[in-house]
This record gives sequence, C-alpha cells and structure tokens, in this order.
Amino acid sequence: MTTLLRRSLFTASAILCAPALSRAQGQARLLVIGGGFGGASAASFARRSYPWLDVTLVEPQPRFITCPYGNLVIVSEKPIEEITHGYDGLRARGVRVIQDWAEEIDPIARRVRLREGDALLYDRLILSPGIAIRFGAIEGYDEVAAGVMPHAWTAGDGAQMLLLRRQLEAMPDGGVVGLASPPNPFRCPPGPYERISMIAHYLKRHKPRSKILALDAKDVFSKQALFQDGWSALYPGMIEWVPLAGDGRVVRVDAREGVLETEFGTRHRVHVGNVIPPQSAARIASASGLTDRTGWVPVNTRTFEAQAAPGVHVIGDANTLGPMPKSGFVANSTAKQAVASAAALLRGETAPEGVYFNTCYSHVGAEFGISVVNIFRPSADGMGITEVPNSGGVSPRGDLPEQRRLEAGYADAWYTSITADMFR
Amino acid sequence: MSRRHGLVLGRGIGLAFVAISIALTAPARSQPGPLAAQGCLGCHGPNGAGSGGIPGLAGRDPSELATAMAAFRANDRPATIMNRVARGYTEAEIAAVVAYFAGMQ
Repeated sequence: MTTLLRRSLFTASAILCAPALSRAQGQARLLVIGGGFGGASAASFARRSYPWLDVTLVEPQPRFITCPYGNLVIVSEKPIEEITHGYDGLRARGVRVIQDWAEEIDPIARRVRLREGDALLYDRLILSPGIAIRFGAIEGYDEVAAGVMPHAWTAGDGAQMLLLRRQLEAMPDGGVVGLASPPNPFRCPPGPYERISMIAHYLKRHKPRSKILALDAKDVFSKQALFQDGWSALYPGMIEWVPLAGDGRVVRVDAREGVLETEFGTRHRVHVGNVIPPQSAARIASASGLTDRTGWVPVNTRTFEAQAAPGVHVIGDANTLGPMPKSGFVANSTAKQAVASAAALLRGETAPEGVYFNTCYSHVGAEFGISVVNIFRPSADGMGITEVPNSGGVSPRGDLPEQRRLEAGYADAWYTSITADMFR
Repeated sequence: MSRRHGLVLGRGIGLAFVAISIALTAPARSQPGPLAAQGCLGCHGPNGAGSGGIPGLAGRDPSELATAMAAFRANDRPATIMNRVARGYTEAEIAAVVAYFAGMQ
C-alpha cells in the first residue's frame, strides 16, 4: 500500500467515522438549511417523528413570510403580519435555530460553512434553500430595477410585497398594471394568475377604470380555463392576457421609464410594473456544485438526495422533479419523505416508498376559490416520477358558486393547517 | 492506486464502521404512522383535528372513514376536492390512513 493511499484512507475514515462518534454520544445530526415550506416542515416533522435525531435549522431571516397569501397582502386583503411566522414553535420542539446564511456545502467532509458563525458538521443534510431570481435574464432587470418594478416573488423581509402594494395604492384610476410572467419552470405555477386576479379584485373596487396587461412567456398556464372563466365573470374587460405566441414574452425592461418591451419590440408603458423573472435554485445550490445546466438540482426522486451529493437531500423549489410543481404543499410533502429517507438511511434501512401530495388553491375573487390536486409516485429506482393516472385534476368548470365558495374557505383552512404543520 | 481509489475504499470502511455503530446505539425502529397520512394534515390540520370548514379525522369511526373514501373514489358522494384526492391512493394506503386517524384521540 502506498503512503498516499494510507494517508487518504486515514483521512476518509476519520471524516466518515465522525458521524458514528457523534451518534455514540447520543444523537445523529440532521442539519436543515432554509426555514421555509420545505425546511420548516422537515425540521418539525423530524423532531415529532424521530426524537433520536438532533435537529439544527439554519435560516437567515428571523421570521418567515410566506409567498402563499402574499397576493392578498399585496392588495391589502390581509396584513403582512398574518403571513409572518416565527421559529419559537420549532425551538420549543427542540430544534436548534441558527440565524445565519449558509454559504457552501462540503458533501465529502459533511460540513456547511456559515457566513458568520462556525462551520456545522452533519450526518444528513436537508437543503431547502428556495429560489434565486435570475437578474439579467431580462435585459435591464437587475436588483436596482427590482426596487422600481418589484418582482415580489421571493418574500425575504417582505419589502418587495409591500413596495408593490404601495405602488398599486398610489396608481391613479385609469392606470395600467403591467405584469410579466416567466417561462416554466418557476415557483408557484398558478401564482402569477392568482396575483392578476387579486389585483383585478382590488382595481374593480378602488380604481375601476384601470387595466391589467398580463404579458406571458408561455402559451398555457396552470388552471388556465378556470382563471379565465373567473376573469370573464368577475372582471369583464379589465384583464388583457398576452401569450407567448401573441408577443407576450418580456425581454427588456426600462424601469425608470416604466416600459416592458416584448420579443418583437413592442414597448408597453405601464404605471405599475410587476416583473416575475426566470428563476433558478438559490445560490448555495450552485455554489456547492449541486445544480445542472438548467440551474436546478436533479435529485433521487425517492430519497431526494442530490445526484451530485449523496447525503444532501434537496427539497422545495430548488430541485427539479419533472411534472411536480414548485409549490408549498409539494415542499411540505417531500420534506417528510426526505426526512423519513434520511432517518432510514442513517439506520442502514431502505428509504420508504414515496407518495407525494399536492393541493394548490388560488383565489380568483371574494369567496371564489379554485384548486388543482396532484398525487405523484417515484419510480422504484429513484430516477423518475409519475402522476397517478385518473387522479387529481382541477376544479370543475361551470357556474358553480357553492364549489367556489367552499374552495375559498378550504384555501384559508389549508393555510392555517400547513403553517401549523411547519411551525408548531 | 490513485487517490480517488483510496477515497472510495476509505469510504467503504467508514460506512461499515457507521453501520456497526448504529446497530449498537440507535433506538428501536419507530415509524411516524403511514407517510400517506402526512398529506392529509396539510388541510385537515395538525393531528387531523380539523381546520376551519375542513372536518377533523382523528378519532372518527374507521368504517365511516373507509366508506367515505370508497364513495369519493367512486364519485358516489358529493365532493369539492376529496374525489380528486381519493383516486390517487391505493386501497391499502387508504386502509392504513383510516386506521391511523381512527386510532388517534
């Protein structure tokens, strides 16, 4: 055996034995990065279901503002406090919460470098970092432009949502709200269309001569027929939706002039511009070498381990899972499968068979809710994922006021339930 | 032998050590109930206790729950979304979920 081999054997063994030593002293270390729908769900579920896991959560924000129901905050239907959640419930469950930025993962050493604090070692890592806005993907749309034409698509400290709310409040009656929707895949597929609906709901009551110009980089969108039925019924003549084929893709923005420019050079001047740009996995995923050329993280569909880094389970909007939408419910559902898989693998067992559940409600108007339901299963080899045939689907079309009223109420109940599941 | 091969071999030894260590120290296997039931909680509330207009599931009569789910699957019962949900699960999964919630207080 060469000296080099002996040295590397010693190094690798020392590193890989570290988790075993920590377990011998008590508990296996589950580190969770990101305190949103994926990460908070994972931390809570881990403590409830596997008390032998030592759970640490790293999250830069002191409180989490949800994107779901953000569209109601933007139009003053809800105060932002009602969608803001602290981490005391998770602390009470025994989760150690560290307020810091996770900068980079070393999956061989099983170590995460933090911006401020000491590096953290883990036995299994749950990475739920969310998305990054791809500034520069639309010419002229950078962080400065986002201070004039908000995206309001990552909640952060809430500043983007509140900026858009102030701009809508300040807009004169008769103004034009321009909204640019991104190509697939992106966070919350029905989100832009719920936002269009909620802005229309606000304008109808407060600025009824105003219009919404909805420019889209796609020709079809989630729950399209239901949204468009609702728009015709509730807001006739107010919303103009321009698909990709109708020159709807915004390629250039002049934030100071209030101009959204589309592919074939049409310049739309708007009073309020809401630009939802193309997205990718958050920066830590690319900085740690987990993303592929699409900018998202390919994962094993059963364990959610990154294909580039076993032991790092990537959940939430940052991963790429074929037909599964980037939704809060999917993040919650897959968080539990990822934690159950991590727990099983730590004990030398096989990961459980997966079944992933999604329901996305959208508000179209007052007491007017619609939904899409999906049930997915991973393939046995963890390489693929399929939707269960003849299951799920969208709400029925037609003049169904009781169905719409019930679904709006169920949406509220969903929000209460899922945030309790995450934070308590 | 290259450094890369050395690392692979070293990892194998490390994992063997980990496995032995776990066998000695980990507590008995404990599962958190069927994972399929976790999907229900997103709407039906923590511990399936219900939320707003969404009914509770915990402590319900198992035959009542099973009958309702079978009717949702067959489109024999009025539903807003549960008919769409119920068709996504196998009969075995539904039976396990029903037993789980029926057994809760």
